[in-house]
Amino acid sequence: MVDFLAQYLGSVWLAGTLWALVQVVLVLTVVMISVAFFTWLERKESARIQDRLGPTRVGGRFGWLQPVADGLKLLMKEDLIPAAADRVLFRAAPYVSFCAAFTVFVALPVASGWVALRLDAGVFFVLAVAGLEVLGVVLAGYASGSKWSLFGAMREAAQVVSYEVPLALSAVVPVMVAGSIDPVTIGDLQAGGFWNWLVFHDPFTFAAFFVYFTCAVASVNRAPFDLPEAESELVAGFMTEYSGFRWRVFFMAEYASMLAVSFLLVFLFLGAWHGPLPLVAGVYAVLGIPAGHPLAIFVAQLAGAGVFLVKGYLGVATMIWLRWTLPRLRIDQVMTMCLKYCLPLSAAMFLGAAVWLYAFPAGVTSRLLGPGAAATEAAGSPPAVAGRTALAEGER
Amino acid sequence: MAVHWHSFFFWLMAIMACGFALAVVFSNNIVRMAFYLILSLGAVSGLFFLAGADFLGAMQLMIYVGGTVVLLVFGVMLTARRPWVDMQTSGGQWVLAAVVGALLLAVLLQTAFSVPPWQSSAAAAGALPPAAEPTAGPLGLAMVGVRVERMADRPAAESSSGLAGYLLPFEIVSVHLVVVLVGAAYLARARRRLSAAAPARPLEEAPQ
Repeated sequence: MVDFLAQYLGSVWLAGTLWALVQVVLVLTVVMISVAFFTWLERKESARIQDRLGPTRVGGRFGWLQPVADGLKLLMKEDLIPAAADRVLFRAAPYVSFCAAFTVFVALPVASGWVALRLDAGVFFVLAVAGLEVLGVVLAGYASGSKWSLFGAMREAAQVVSYEVPLALSAVVPVMVAGSIDPVTIGDLQAGGFWNWLVFHDPFTFAAFFVYFTCAVASVNRAPFDLPEAESELVAGFMTEYSGFRWRVFFMAEYASMLAVSFLLVFLFLGAWHGPLPLVAGVYAVLGIPAGHPLAIFVAQLAGAGVFLVKGYLGVATMIWLRWTLPRLRIDQVMTMCLKYCLPLSAAMFLGAAVWLYAFPAGVTSRLLGPGAAATEAAGSPPAVAGRTALAEGER
Repeated sequence: MAVHWHSFFFWLMAIMACGFALAVVFSNNIVRMAFYLILSLGAVSGLFFLAGADFLGAMQLMIYVGGTVVLLVFGVMLTARRPWVDMQTSGGQWVLAAVVGALLLAVLLQTAFSVPPWQSSAAAAGALPPAAEPTAGPLGLAMVGVRVERMADRPAAESSSGLAGYLLPFEIVSVHLVVVLVGAAYLARARRRLSAAAPARPLEEAPQ
C-alpha cells in the first residue's frame, strides 16, 4: 500500500506517514463508534430486561442519537478535582486506562490480512496490553484521596491480577491447538464452517471457552464481577471523585476493553472472521468467480470484517445481558470463583487439550478409520483443517 | 523534508525512558515513583518494539509494567499510614546510590561501546530499521532445542550438539520460582502460627 501511495505522492516517506495516519484514524474511529454504540446498547438492553423502553426520543426512532447527547452533556459538566487529590496522577489516570484499552486494537486484525500492525506474538501482545488497564484504575483510586476510591482500586487490583492467570491459561488452550500465537494464522485455520471453529475442536477447548468468557468478564470489571465500582457499597468505587469528561474517558476505556476481550474470544474460539457457513466461498463456487481475483479477495475480506465485527458485538451484548441479569458477587465469592474454580479448571483444560492433541494429532476419525481416511481428507484441504473437520464429525 | 521516523521514535522513547527514570529518583511520593517507573519501563518496551523484538516488548509489558502494578499495590498497602507518603532520603544514601549507579553506568557503557558495529559512526548512519521478522516462532522452537538461527551455518543438521535448547535453563528458573513460592508460603504460615499463639493485641493499639 505504501508503494501504491508513493506512485502518486512522489515520496515514500510521505506515503508511509500518510498510511500510518490512515491506519491510526481508522482503528480509533471504529473503536470510538463501537463504544458509542455500546453505551446506547447498554441503555436499551437494560431497559428491555427491566421491562422499560429506554431512550426513545433523541434522533427519532429508538433514540439512536442518545450517545451524542450523553457525550455533549458530559463535555459541558464541570471538571472537579477534590482538594485531597494528587492532581497530577488524578488527571493522568483516565488516559492511562484509555491508552491501554485502545492500544490493543492495533494488533487485532478484522479480516485476513487487515491489521494495522501484524505482530507475530499478537495474542500475547493483546493479553499483555489489556492487563495494563488496571494501572489507570489503581492510580485513580489512590490519587482521588477518598476511601471509597482506594477500596475500589484495591479490589480491582486483587481481582484483575488474580483473574489474569486463568484468563491467560484458558487462552493458551486454543493457541496450543492452533500451534501459533499470530492472530491471523489462528483465524485462517478456522475457515470452512462452524465445525472448524476451535471451540468445537475437542471437549477441552469447549470448556476452556466458558472459562475464558467468565475470566474475560471479570477482567474488564463487568457485573457480576464489578466489585471495583459496586455502587451499593462503594458509591462508585474508583470513579467516585471523577466527573464530566474524565469520567467519560474511563467509561470509553471500559467499553473498549470489553470489545477487545470479546474480539480475542472471537479469534481464539469462534472462528475469527469466518461465518458459521462458508457462504462467500460457496457463492464464488456457484457463480464460477475465481476466488484468487483481487476484487474477489477484497469482497471476501469485507464480508469477513463484517462477520468479525458482528461476532464481537454479540460478545459485548452477551456481557451486557449478563450484567443486567445476575446479582453482584461478594469480594470473597469473586476470589473463590477465580482461585478455586477458574484456575484449576483452566489448568485441567490445558493439560487435557495437550493430551488430546497427543492422542489424536490428526483428528479422531483418522485414528478410527485408519490412515487411508486421513489421506483422502487431507488431499482437498490443509492437514490441520482436515484433521479438525474429521474431529468435529467424529464428535457428532 | 523527510523525518526519519525510526530515529524520531528512538529518541522519543529513549528520552522518555531516561527522563522518567530520573523522575523516579527525584520524586518523593511512592505512588508517583511507581507511575514514573511504569512510564519508563513502558518506553523501554517501546524501544524493543522499535527494534523488531515484538515478543520481548510484549514480555516487558507483561512482566515489568504489569508487575509494577503489584509493587504499587503493596507499596500503598504496606507504607500508607498517612494519605500522602513522602520518602525522605538521607545524604549518605544519596552518596551511596550515586556511587553504585555510576559504577553500573560505567559497566554498561563499556559493554555497549565494545560492540564492534557501534564504534563506526558511518555504519550507524546508514543502518536501516530492522525488517519485521517473526520472533515468537523461532523462540518457541529454540525452547525445545531447534535453534533456527544456527541451522544455516550447520551443514550437519542431524547432529544435535551445539543446538542446545532453552528448556533446561527455563526449567531450572521455574523450579527456583516454585522454591521461592513455597518458601513465601511457609514464612507466611509460620508468622500466623506465632501470632495465634501470642495474645491478640487490643484494638485501640492497632496502628492507624
